[in-house]
Amino acid sequence: MWRNFKDSFIKDNPVFSMFLGLCSVLAISTTFNNAVGMGLCVTIVLIFSNVIISLLRKLISNEIRIPVYIVVIASLVTIVEMLVHAYAPSLYRSLGVFLSLVVVNCIILGRAEAFASKNDVFSSAADGFGMGMAYTFALVLISVVREFLANGSVIFYDPFDPEKVIFGFAFESLKPYTMPLAASSVGAFLVFACFAAFFAMLKNRAADKEKEADKQ
Amino acid sequence: MKLLSLALAAILVNNVVLTKYLGLCPFFGVSRNFRSAIGMGLAVTFVIFGASLITYFLYYLILLPNGMEYLRLITFILVIASFVQLTEMFIKKYSASLYKTLGIYLPLITTNCVVLYVAQENITMKYTLLETCVNSLAVPAGYMLVLVLFACMRERLEGADTPRAWKGVPIALITAALMAMAFSGLAGII
Repeated sequence: MWRNFKDSFIKDNPVFSMFLGLCSVLAISTTFNNAVGMGLCVTIVLIFSNVIISLLRKLISNEIRIPVYIVVIASLVTIVEMLVHAYAPSLYRSLGVFLSLVVVNCIILGRAEAFASKNDVFSSAADGFGMGMAYTFALVLISVVREFLANGSVIFYDPFDPEKVIFGFAFESLKPYTMPLAASSVGAFLVFACFAAFFAMLKNRAADKEKEADKQ
Repeated sequence: MKLLSLALAAILVNNVVLTKYLGLCPFFGVSRNFRSAIGMGLAVTFVIFGASLITYFLYYLILLPNGMEYLRLITFILVIASFVQLTEMFIKKYSASLYKTLGIYLPLITTNCVVLYVAQENITMKYTLLETCVNSLAVPAGYMLVLVLFACMRERLEGADTPRAWKGVPIALITAALMAMAFSGLAGII
């Protein structure tokens, strides 16, 4: 169980090694605050969509399964969007159009197709949670680097009260050396490329070790 | 003039791939060779144009007068999914060779975020019908431009001697970053 969980974070991370859901990862990872908000929204949608699709899996005929999945996901995203709009308006504003684009996030449709349509409710819910957390982990990792490079600080606001800072650190002495480039699309591609190469290296190393173990 | 600047902005300055990070999944998946990039670009253009017009009329003729704006997302994604399905059936019937070249990429267009983004943008920016037409042709044109340019570069990258960890997507991301840098120089033209 623990091993599975670790694999979904490092070896089979949906973002770093399968390159799913890239659009939202690159767009939202400008600040730590947005990254956590987006990660939680996706996780919630993912858990519920997995549960619903797993419950309905015997009723859905094969030909129309994709439209059915999409309707389930779109309804869940609409609900989450309304809740965020009502209770965390500042988060709603900073996520903007990307909150509704969660509908076309390939991770959600991918898990519905690859896992929830074949497994029982509990393991589907667990899979949704694991995948959502792995996605959040990737988002947070990239956003911390980008926000730190661009602003010299990492700050997390209370989503229900944007004035209150829950935690954060800012280095005033770093202010003259910040790189606004990191917040732009160029920085997004560069930082993500470095992470992707790093995770590919870890994967290659593990594969090499396995090969050597097989030889002996 | 306003329409021209709208089109130029959508193609070059606010390019969907390089400044708004949309449609990246097919961008890295499909852009391995020139031919499939062109095919994908044309299919996406057709779907975006058709789906944007349908959603535009649906929103202003049915959803808005009946106070059902909250159903926008569900309606739009259903329209897009069925339009993609329709396009697939149409191409399959009338041009078997084109169907074969596009094959796998066609159903993937449903989950291309550019389609949903354009349909939503036309509504949130309160575009008129003419502006909707221009926008939904210009955005996919910009998408296709970058896709084709990128495919040409990636054909070269395949033969290049890159370190093992950087092979494939990571080096493609670096290329995309350099392209984004080049495109950000165009920001001054509008």
